[in-house]
Amino acid sequence: MIKRKVISTLVVLLFLILFVLFANNYLDSYVVRILNLCAIYVVLGLSMNLINGFTGLFSLGHAGFMAVGAYTTALLTMSPAVKAQNFFMMPLIKPLDSISWPFLPALLLAGLLSAFVAFLIGAPVLRLKGDYLAIATLGFSEIIRIIFTNTQNITNGALGINGIPSTTNLWWSFGAAAFTVIIMILLISSSYGRALKAIREDEVAAESMGISLFKHKVLSFMIGAFLAGIGGGLLGNLLGTIDPLMFRFMLTFNILLIIVLGGMGSITGTIVSAFIITIAGEALRFLDETMDLGFVVIPGIAGLRMVVFSGLLIIVVLFFSNGLMGNKEFSLEKIINKFKKKPLEEGGSK
Amino acid sequence: MHYKIDCGALRYLKVPQLLRGYIMFLNMSLSSFLQHLTNGISLGSLYALIAIGYTMVYGILRLINFAHGDIFMMATYFAFYAMVTFLLPWYISFFLVIVLTTLLGILVEKAAYRPIRNAPKISILISAIGMSFFLENLATVVFGGRPKAFPAPDIFTKIIHIGSISIQRLTIIIPIVTFVFLLFLLYLINRTKSGMAMRAVSKDYETASIMGVDVNKTISFTFGIGSALAAVGAIMWGMKFPQIAPLMGVMPGLKCFIAAVIGGIGNITGAVIGGFILGIGEIMLVAFFPNLTGYRDAFAFILLIAILLFKPTGIMGEKISEKV
Amino acid sequence: MSLLKMNNVTMKFGGVTAVKDFNMELNKGEIVALIGPNGAGKTTAFNMITGVYKPTIGEVFYKDRNITHLRPDQITKLGIARTFQNIRLFKDLSVLDNVLIANHLHVKSNIFTAILRLPGYNKEERNMRRKSLELIEKVGLKDVINEKSSSLPYGMQRRLEIARALATDPEVLLLDEPAAGMNPKESEDLTIFIQKIRDEFDLTIFMIEHHMQVVMGISKRIYVFDYGVTIAKGSPYEIQNNEKVIEAYLGVNEEDA
Repeated sequence: MIKRKVISTLVVLLFLILFVLFANNYLDSYVVRILNLCAIYVVLGLSMNLINGFTGLFSLGHAGFMAVGAYTTALLTMSPAVKAQNFFMMPLIKPLDSISWPFLPALLLAGLLSAFVAFLIGAPVLRLKGDYLAIATLGFSEIIRIIFTNTQNITNGALGINGIPSTTNLWWSFGAAAFTVIIMILLISSSYGRALKAIREDEVAAESMGISLFKHKVLSFMIGAFLAGIGGGLLGNLLGTIDPLMFRFMLTFNILLIIVLGGMGSITGTIVSAFIITIAGEALRFLDETMDLGFVVIPGIAGLRMVVFSGLLIIVVLFFSNGLMGNKEFSLEKIINKFKKKPLEEGGSK
Repeated sequence: MHYKIDCGALRYLKVPQLLRGYIMFLNMSLSSFLQHLTNGISLGSLYALIAIGYTMVYGILRLINFAHGDIFMMATYFAFYAMVTFLLPWYISFFLVIVLTTLLGILVEKAAYRPIRNAPKISILISAIGMSFFLENLATVVFGGRPKAFPAPDIFTKIIHIGSISIQRLTIIIPIVTFVFLLFLLYLINRTKSGMAMRAVSKDYETASIMGVDVNKTISFTFGIGSALAAVGAIMWGMKFPQIAPLMGVMPGLKCFIAAVIGGIGNITGAVIGGFILGIGEIMLVAFFPNLTGYRDAFAFILLIAILLFKPTGIMGEKISEKV
Repeated sequence: MSLLKMNNVTMKFGGVTAVKDFNMELNKGEIVALIGPNGAGKTTAFNMITGVYKPTIGEVFYKDRNITHLRPDQITKLGIARTFQNIRLFKDLSVLDNVLIANHLHVKSNIFTAILRLPGYNKEERNMRRKSLELIEKVGLKDVINEKSSSLPYGMQRRLEIARALATDPEVLLLDEPAAGMNPKESEDLTIFIQKIRDEFDLTIFMIEHHMQVVMGISKRIYVFDYGVTIAKGSPYEIQNNEKVIEAYLGVNEEDA
């Protein structure tokens, strides 16, 4: 059975490679950009789902980890010349002002730094429960953002950073997404994954079964932050420009949305939901533009898109609180089994 | 439980900073200090008024009403349009604003919270956040994203002199108004039937309804009061900080929720105490460490983390234990 | 050396004293019961052994080691496992997962070797599965092994709780009302079952129970609580004839006295 899983994984990867080749050569750059965003949000969604969905930790601090990742990657990959241009108010500190790294090590360091920040935050904060954990993590995320707004000589403060090299392409984003999915599947189906789910289900019982709550919560938090840092780095190097205002609570909320709609305990749900939300967000852009319907022209109202978006959000939450997949996974096996199922056997299963 | 706080982190707090603050303190004249203090008390009062709304709703529904800060924002816009577009005199406008905001608060509860009262926690939270974003974006679309100037009637902004300090009349009026409304509120909660209903529902929702309390009405009432107080705060805020914008409620909202947590979430006196701690603390921070002005907002968050680590139930809070 | 010992243990919650001055000893291989009316503080005593509560006064010793201030997971790792009065299964997870999770505390591989599926981890996983399957079979839950634990009938859930506790490889097993909600036939089966697992897994059992047939049938010694106070201790025979015990359960009738 392991062999079957490995083979099907390789098949999916092959398909992805072919798809990326196709997209790069035949799809127009607007569509490619959207695909990049979708893949990045898969990474971000899964990283948050690990913490919130699988471990049951109510964490609202994701934007903070993304900020750390984005700034780290940007500052490491930009050329010294572009950096000098940006940091005209106050020069960038050494040695950052003169170094320029390739994308992969920059991303990895970004992830590691985010994980480290998660450790610093998690150690005191993860023993809080429910709403308290939520606002504590939200608070830390805001603290990070405020610090970034004020450290002129590291982050360029409120001015933000422009001219980040667009090193993110479909290979990187889909590659990172595939990597994240594989890591998540391997983690969740391992004993540690089960321990995390146990913590989600019933902390007291989990602890009584010998699971160290602190150790596992911090592990989950750090790995989630690592992936979020990478996601942030990919995002920054796709958009080309970042500033502290990008990493407000709204960003965390968008990702929270993705995982709730996809189903908080489902990897496949998050993947599907990330694509749907990103595409829907883009599709609704027309609401901000003037619409020429031929017989009548409706003037564009800036911000209407967000009104509709948040309105839809409330409606979905009111009626579909379990999300698309709940905590089930989509799998070929289940579909095959559905067709194979015989009616009640002796002592039968449902 | 058993995890030690790493006090080693404290040694990284720059000593030169503290020294600077101390020198500032020594050099500051009494009048300057009093000026800062009165400003702090004013700000603290405004925070207190808004924090009460958060704490009451959380006490009753265990829900963080993320939209509360935006209701505060809407109130300022109601006041703006009442006075600027409809040219109503301030005493009529203010009254109208309080009424409208109260209705808005009740409406928000009916639309976004009541239908999912028994849904999983996360759905309720998302609905609250969604409602918050909805209001913010609605305001952006309807009122325009650019900040507007709040028309503060002269009678409030007139500068008066007390001893060596010069402040606006408003700065004194704010704490007085807050105090008066607070007395009203405490009377309401402790001496009226509706108040008793509110206390009952926040202690035990189900038992209260079995005992004949109309839970829905009580909850609406709670939202109404919270929103009314937020409206009072909003009007005074608009006069003190005359620039209003659709996103102006985000930071104050967050800070006021933090104030409620610091004071002990669910406890009204706590919310007021928390509001003052935050308001006075913030002003004093900027007064003594002017080079830290950019970190002004971070002050609230740092206080939050500190309280959550040392006394999570807040200053006035009680310990709740889980039955195993 | 007694296996488990509690010295002068008292638990106060604010003004309420839930357990007062409890002294107990558990010797290897024994089955000892703790009985008493509802709310007498029995589960609180359990919680103090397993580290969920810290005693206000007094100490708990396991094999002469002071475990009073240890965390629940540390205590379980030392060899004390428990079940819960209000079943605390991992509701959304399958029967198999519930038992597998209880094996996690013995895993030596770290999270990274687990993710990478290195041979060391794979071996541990295989062992865990084998052990868990055996346990599940032993408690008779093989047919429902992949069902969601919350979908099981009550009696099966109780069995699963026991299987889960056994999977942690304990030396001491604390059972909190294992027979709750069972009919006489089920209680009888349970009584046999408890003795069987005691023998097979070389356990020492400390049990809270209300079903007197279970208690009197297999306990070597019994402690009796009432309002947190130990009002009696001794053999089943002694307890059955103890006036204070009868009073605590049935109350005193003025006319009869």
